[in-house]
Amino acid sequence: MSARVETNSGPFFSLSNVRKALSPTGNTGDAVFRLILGLVALFVLAIVIAMVWALAADSLLSIRTFGFGFITSRSWNPIKGEFGALPFIYGTVMSSLIALCISVPLSLGIAVFLVEQAPRLVARPIGFLVELLAAIPSVVYGLWGIFILAPVIRQYLGPPFERLFGWTPFFRGPVTGIGLITGGLILAIMVTPIISAVVRDVLAAVPGSQREAALALGATKWEMIRVVLVNGAPGIAGAVILGLGRALGETMAVTMVIGNRPEISLSFFDPSYTIASAIANEFTEATSDLYLSSLVELGLILFFVTFVVNGIARFLVWNVTRKTGGVGRAA
Amino acid sequence: MMAVARVDQMRKSISAVMTTGTAVCTFAAVGILLVILSHIALKGVGSLNFRFLVDAPKPVGEGGGIGNAVLGSVVLLGLSSAIGLPLGIAVGIYLSEVGHGRLAGGVRFIVDTLTGIPSIVTGVFVYAIVVLPTKHFSAFAGGVALALIMVPIVSRTTEEMLKLVPHSLREGALALGAPQWRVVLGVVVPAAASGIATGAILAVARVSGETAPLLFTAFGSRFFSTDLNQPIASLTVQIYNYAISPYDEWHAQAWAATLVLMTLILGINIVVRILTRRRF
Amino acid sequence: MSALTRRSLFVVVFAATVLSFAFSSCKPNGSGAGGSVKVQGAGATFPNPLYQKWLSEYSKQHSNVQIDYQSVGSGAGIKQIQAQTIDFGASDVPMKDEDLKSAPGEIVHIPTVLGAVVITYNLTGINQPLKFSGDVIADIFLGKIKKWNDPKIAADNAGVTLPATDITVVHRSDGSGTSGVFTDYLSKISPEWKEKVGSGPSPSWPVGLGGKGNEGVTGQIKSTPNTLGYVELVYAIQNKLPVAQIKNGSGSFVEPSIDAVTAAAAASAGNTPDDLRVSITNASGATAYPISSYTYILLYKNQKDAAKGKAVVDFVWWGIHDGEGFAKDLQYAPLPADIVKRAEAKLNSITAGGAPLR
Repeated sequence: MSARVETNSGPFFSLSNVRKALSPTGNTGDAVFRLILGLVALFVLAIVIAMVWALAADSLLSIRTFGFGFITSRSWNPIKGEFGALPFIYGTVMSSLIALCISVPLSLGIAVFLVEQAPRLVARPIGFLVELLAAIPSVVYGLWGIFILAPVIRQYLGPPFERLFGWTPFFRGPVTGIGLITGGLILAIMVTPIISAVVRDVLAAVPGSQREAALALGATKWEMIRVVLVNGAPGIAGAVILGLGRALGETMAVTMVIGNRPEISLSFFDPSYTIASAIANEFTEATSDLYLSSLVELGLILFFVTFVVNGIARFLVWNVTRKTGGVGRAA
Repeated sequence: MMAVARVDQMRKSISAVMTTGTAVCTFAAVGILLVILSHIALKGVGSLNFRFLVDAPKPVGEGGGIGNAVLGSVVLLGLSSAIGLPLGIAVGIYLSEVGHGRLAGGVRFIVDTLTGIPSIVTGVFVYAIVVLPTKHFSAFAGGVALALIMVPIVSRTTEEMLKLVPHSLREGALALGAPQWRVVLGVVVPAAASGIATGAILAVARVSGETAPLLFTAFGSRFFSTDLNQPIASLTVQIYNYAISPYDEWHAQAWAATLVLMTLILGINIVVRILTRRRF
Repeated sequence: MSALTRRSLFVVVFAATVLSFAFSSCKPNGSGAGGSVKVQGAGATFPNPLYQKWLSEYSKQHSNVQIDYQSVGSGAGIKQIQAQTIDFGASDVPMKDEDLKSAPGEIVHIPTVLGAVVITYNLTGINQPLKFSGDVIADIFLGKIKKWNDPKIAADNAGVTLPATDITVVHRSDGSGTSGVFTDYLSKISPEWKEKVGSGPSPSWPVGLGGKGNEGVTGQIKSTPNTLGYVELVYAIQNKLPVAQIKNGSGSFVEPSIDAVTAAAAASAGNTPDDLRVSITNASGATAYPISSYTYILLYKNQKDAAKGKAVVDFVWWGIHDGEGFAKDLQYAPLPADIVKRAEAKLNSITAGGAPLR
């Protein structure tokens, strides 16, 4: 293909100028390609902005009534018309934090094992099994949580922690099995298949040359794995963001085991309440306009919580890759 | 000399501990899956029979089945995949290959935030923009709601997987004179195919287990239907309705339906993996 | 054919199939081929099993009508009938005046069956049902009575050894008609409850854990000892949970049986207003169970579509007559006779385009 030399004659928005803006090489196929993709991206952006706008519009009544106090208020009384978001923000953040603290190491362990250590024959089916955890409906997780996990926590897992650490505010009883820790555990189980599946693909894409180089320099297996992990850090961060999104927005399973009490309590064994659970529980029965508006404002707040947490995650990744380079840079 | 040997011993022990640790993690996860799966199977396998798979639901005490729910779920998954997968993959390609600068950064951030929206909020949004104007619930609304949930998952994984394709592949194709669209569609995307498939599978598995958005959009039905303009049954809504009922017979049907749903997803998983396996 | 072309062809064929599928199944809404009428109803979860039975039996005799009912909750039923996305709604709690005023047309309440909200508990070693007075229940849910062997509980249960453990209260976390009925009863019994909490589908509970749905509360009570909560009667029976006897307005401790519930409705028939929206909790009557309630079907008085309107009216008429025969087997209490008469009058008043449909 010979380079085309074009002189700039004619109107500004002529077809050739648009084509040049879209594709520096002047190739029509490229221009069309970039145009379509750009439009799709704008379309998706428009939908999300429409959602946020709809959320904001419907929560105007609540914003005007309570102002900033909504975020710091602890009371939630639909009959009296008092609404506040703080217990829900606490419950959402804490349950997702617990879920990630358990799930991220677990998922990384699974991904590393399946990619670096397990023989090919075994890795495939085990990988399928772990991904199958993602296919269990959330209502089934909730039921399993009530009937199996909660009693196990009440009878076996909870009491040792209460005996050993009950003097701290974090492990104070009573241990009923229904509470923040159960919600966090269920979320951890639900989030693990997502993070581990994506990290598996990320680690598999790290070039073999990186591994061989580490081993050639005398690294132990674990040290070589560390090199691979650092290489895949941006991808791993993306996986964690996906998992975090799932944790923040999960409704059915969490609401069945977390106790649904809009109170802030430091103990893991006490009941709590997440934003998504509150919306799921109360949206269809919310009768007054202020009630509905407050629930919608909760949704808007969740949106911003996700925003902030994603921002922090992206910043951390940027920090790590700034120093090390990451995958994709090497040829 | 001795110090080096001691440090070496330490490094080897740490390596042994960590590599065992990863194995423990994996078997813990598989263990939990087997625990949950056996619980579901124990409670549900008794209700699994041919009639259960093809009949429409009947009042409690009369048997009935999930035939219409299976059909409905297939229709909803097909519709939402047809809308959500291309959208998500296109956004992922845009973010990785075409977009740069502020606009792409904004799109990326916004789409990431979309992952955290509770599915019920998406459902209510689609209710407001599709169901209310048309004044009826429809399978189409359900498909749109599910697609909106799929897009951020597919887009994020597509972008990550495309970014992992080495630049040398792109540069080689470009050097051979191919235009960018051919490079992306013909070289980069196929190279990342199995990773993109992972994203698609995760998204399909995720929406296959969603109930809340469907309650406001596709609604549910006792009848067999493929009409996109009418409410449609789905396995998750049926499971939800049976699970929250007081009757043991309906509970058993809920567990059995869960088994059917998981088999469906496993089947899709296997088929997609086969289609995108590397042939080299 | 290159791999890229083959793949593109596959995508195009797939898309074409999906789209043609989509368009071919687009039929006009409402009356389909063959003259069958499609009706969509939705609302309360409580009567769902009975309505499913009714629909199944009714369609055996009327195969030209396809009626669908989805249990999405009383509140959703009210919202959807107001938005006119469904043809009839269903709710355990009658609509409030403000909701009726803001609806695009006049909405009629037709009571269909009755249900009971029961107190259930998990206490090992107790062989006969416990007895509770209304104010004791209110104090438990207010958090004032904390232990099982509190003297107030013991006073109603002579001869029963109650343990010294704490009571773990379980209530509903989601808004529900069941909570509405229960708090309505508590507000009538306890002025302190009425002032502190009030009545409604989503009260702010002073103490206790929240379970999602009747099923969630039942599940928590079943698997956690020393719990006490309130659920619909049928959930306690099906899950073999003990059911408490409650002291009614006449002073006797009544077991929540189907007859006791119908008795409560019959006793309240005198002060049931014309539009049939009434609360029958704490009914006076020797055998009346104090926490009973109606469940209603909601219809527009003036139906827009005559065919659909007739189908709904005929079905509900069948329901309050022939349908009542199926109620007891599924643990629902049938309507008392004079309420059936009043509901008939309501159904006869429904019109489409000015002409009555019956």
